[in-house]
Amino acid sequence: MRFVLVAGLLLAGCATTSAPKVATGSGKPAPVKWNADPFPSTYKAYPGVPTLIRNVTIYDGEGGRIENGSVLFADGKITSVGGAMADSDVPAGATVIDGTGKWVTPGIIDIHSHLGDYPSPQVAAHSDGNEATGPVRAEVWAEHSVWPQDPGFSRALVNGGITSLQILPGSANLFGGRSVVLKNVYARTMQGMKFPGAPYGLKMACGENPKRVYGSRNQMPSTRMGNIAVDRQTWAKAVEYKKKLDKGGDITRDIAMDTLAGVLAGDILVQNHCYRADEMAIVIDMAKEFGYKVSTFHHAVESYKIADLLKANGICSAMWSDWWGFKMESYDAINENIPLVHNAGACAIVHSDDPNGIQRLNQEAAKALADGRRIGINVSDEVAWTWLSYNPAKAMGIADKTGSLKPGKMADVVLWNGNPFGIYTRPERVWIDGAMMYDANDPKRRPVSDFELGQTGEGDVK
Amino acid sequence: MKHVLLACAVLIATPVAAETVAITGGMVAIGDGSAPAQGTVVIRDGRIVAAGSSVAVPAGARTVDAIGKWVSTGIVAGFSRLGLVGVDAVDETNDTGAGKSVFSASIDVASAINPRVPAIAVSRAAGVTRAIVAPDGGGTMFVGEGAIIDTGNDPDAITKARAFQFVEFGEAGAGRSGGSRAASQAFFRNALDEARDYARNPAAYDGRSKDSILMRRDVAALVPVMQGKMPLYIHVESGPDILQMLALKKDYPALRIVLVGVAEGWTVARQIAAAGVPVIASALNDLPASFEQLAATQSNVGRMKAAGVMLAIGMIDDNDTRQAQQTPQMAGNLVALTRVPGATGLSWADAFAAITSKPAEIAGLDDQIGSLRPGRRADVVIWSGDPLELATAVEKVWIDGVEQDLTTRQTRLRDRYLKVGEGALPKAYER
Repeated sequence: MRFVLVAGLLLAGCATTSAPKVATGSGKPAPVKWNADPFPSTYKAYPGVPTLIRNVTIYDGEGGRIENGSVLFADGKITSVGGAMADSDVPAGATVIDGTGKWVTPGIIDIHSHLGDYPSPQVAAHSDGNEATGPVRAEVWAEHSVWPQDPGFSRALVNGGITSLQILPGSANLFGGRSVVLKNVYARTMQGMKFPGAPYGLKMACGENPKRVYGSRNQMPSTRMGNIAVDRQTWAKAVEYKKKLDKGGDITRDIAMDTLAGVLAGDILVQNHCYRADEMAIVIDMAKEFGYKVSTFHHAVESYKIADLLKANGICSAMWSDWWGFKMESYDAINENIPLVHNAGACAIVHSDDPNGIQRLNQEAAKALADGRRIGINVSDEVAWTWLSYNPAKAMGIADKTGSLKPGKMADVVLWNGNPFGIYTRPERVWIDGAMMYDANDPKRRPVSDFELGQTGEGDVK
Repeated sequence: MKHVLLACAVLIATPVAAETVAITGGMVAIGDGSAPAQGTVVIRDGRIVAAGSSVAVPAGARTVDAIGKWVSTGIVAGFSRLGLVGVDAVDETNDTGAGKSVFSASIDVASAINPRVPAIAVSRAAGVTRAIVAPDGGGTMFVGEGAIIDTGNDPDAITKARAFQFVEFGEAGAGRSGGSRAASQAFFRNALDEARDYARNPAAYDGRSKDSILMRRDVAALVPVMQGKMPLYIHVESGPDILQMLALKKDYPALRIVLVGVAEGWTVARQIAAAGVPVIASALNDLPASFEQLAATQSNVGRMKAAGVMLAIGMIDDNDTRQAQQTPQMAGNLVALTRVPGATGLSWADAFAAITSKPAEIAGLDDQIGSLRPGRRADVVIWSGDPLELATAVEKVWIDGVEQDLTTRQTRLRDRYLKVGEGALPKAYER
């Protein structure tokens, strides 16, 4: 890492009190240290039982496939993944599920969701995703908009097999604010859903949206060059701010700059809404100019034009399979974007940005996979699953914890009632941290948000 | 470069509508609700001659081998805004709505259909051969007259103009009628009463004075609706609103009501079936996206079907300008529900009918389109497999018996960028 890490700054869970100065005994003022985690996760895994799924086809999320395999998890963690397990090896007391004709995968991770900040019902009172009062709003945090009663979380779980998701601010602003990563488990509070130890993201946006929103108010930016000018001015300030932080001593705290300094320190991951190839290339250079890294371009409908550049810079693309044409910057979208990016050796992710699409990300991947194969890009099913769990986990900084079925990782597991790349397949059961949070055969394992309680359709299949 | 060769083959095979073509050996899905079966499809002079397992190949017919493939009628987008938009967010190319127009019911969408917009070619390449096209976003609850179109690669897209009148009730209708559902009822009933007056004596009808709330042409456009000669497509979502629509038939018995959207239809499915009112439903809405869709569930369609409602699937206010290509996926998801405990889905044959013959039947055009029954227009698709399956590709498409070029802007862009990086010359020289 080329950046000096600010000790403790913005590292989740490392500080509990504000302390502008910390004596170190070296004579020099220590780097400024504030509470990096003022809204800490209170998520706790629900109890599970040791569970063995056997005779099942496994996509392990990192490209591996096992036929007639066995997945064992206990105490919230994956214990073992392998071939047929002898009866004598089955732990006493484990629940054994016969997976004949079924598939097991890691839970799907959506890197781009607005569940909670643009929840259902989509009424103005709930419209909390864009702080569109200025193009630079790095000070806002999406978690402060997340409504944990969004009925959409339950659909994402039961129809989509979504176990973790990143909630982003919208794209009206150049700097949209911080994202938050959630486990897809209902809680009374946002903190209760918050993925423990996940890094924050910073939402940025290129292109049409910021210049349209502010241009229409006769405000900067009203052009793409205006977008980049405001971006650069802001990063220049952030570099200054970070210098002061690193130097230590008295400094007036700036909540927006805290986030940008976190990006410059490499602790906060840039999640950059950007459609066009030429604009992505400009952002890549801008990031180099100021010394930060883009984790992922979101939407990225023209990534296929610059897949080599994205590979060289280690930047992921979070894409749809076949959304196109709704705005000028999506006019060149093609159905083979995902496989072309993958085939060039760059990191491909399937994302939703949509409360309906999040219920069918496996189907989106299946379409892209088939479109790729038709042009000779022969990606296997099991490798394509990396687009749905491991790659988004990497791009969100949680791949050490989830995103694949590896011993020691969170037992975020979906049992599908068939091949998850087939149209006639749905999740049968979903476990999060080893706890069964959905069972198609048990209406009591079907979450119903407060909003739906007492209303027509409460507890229905959805 | 298989795809390039394919594109060339299509260009060489200049379509001749007059020839007899027999597509043999494929799994044939007629679209009428019957189960698919191995068979032959014969087309001549732009029409279906016969389709099914006992159909013989006529002497002199050009045969197309479809062994291992599926052959079906073309997909009919049951509700769309296809052909009305080049780029949604580029206003100049977007002819879906006319919120600032003084006209309403007389806005005839057929005049705005542009067969050259990319969405037509993209839909065609995905096996969608016909679409029900409704206008959107008018100044009043009366949105205007919809059309039935084909997606053929030719300048004449209109299968039937002025095919139905489209009206918004529910939340949108209330908003366009002054602010309440009750006001939308008053506006609607007043408009039909005006149409009755106009029909009795057009010369005596005013409609030009400043006091008129409806333009003369709009009132005239409502006459066939009031008389039951033109179907009335009503967008409505909630159970209580649906019942209000069924009640309209008591006061205006001639109305040929078709309900569109209908997220909460399952809560009043028996009443809809008893009224004999057809439904074009969103397939997969399962979120309480608005207060009129609180009871939304993907089982809505299956439950209505089970209650005896005549049903088609459409995309209502849901990427309806360009994503008709997802229609088979929507239908396939309804089949998937038959394997989910407690859910209600559709059989494969019913799901396929819901995206072919049913929307045609509801539009009153099932003698023309929507199935491979004899005499229908020869809209035929050869698929690499089950048309509802995600991995299936469209291989050939005929519309009105004319084999279609399946190249799109998207396939051209794809081909240009198959190879990463610039070549000997910039990409701009590669085509």
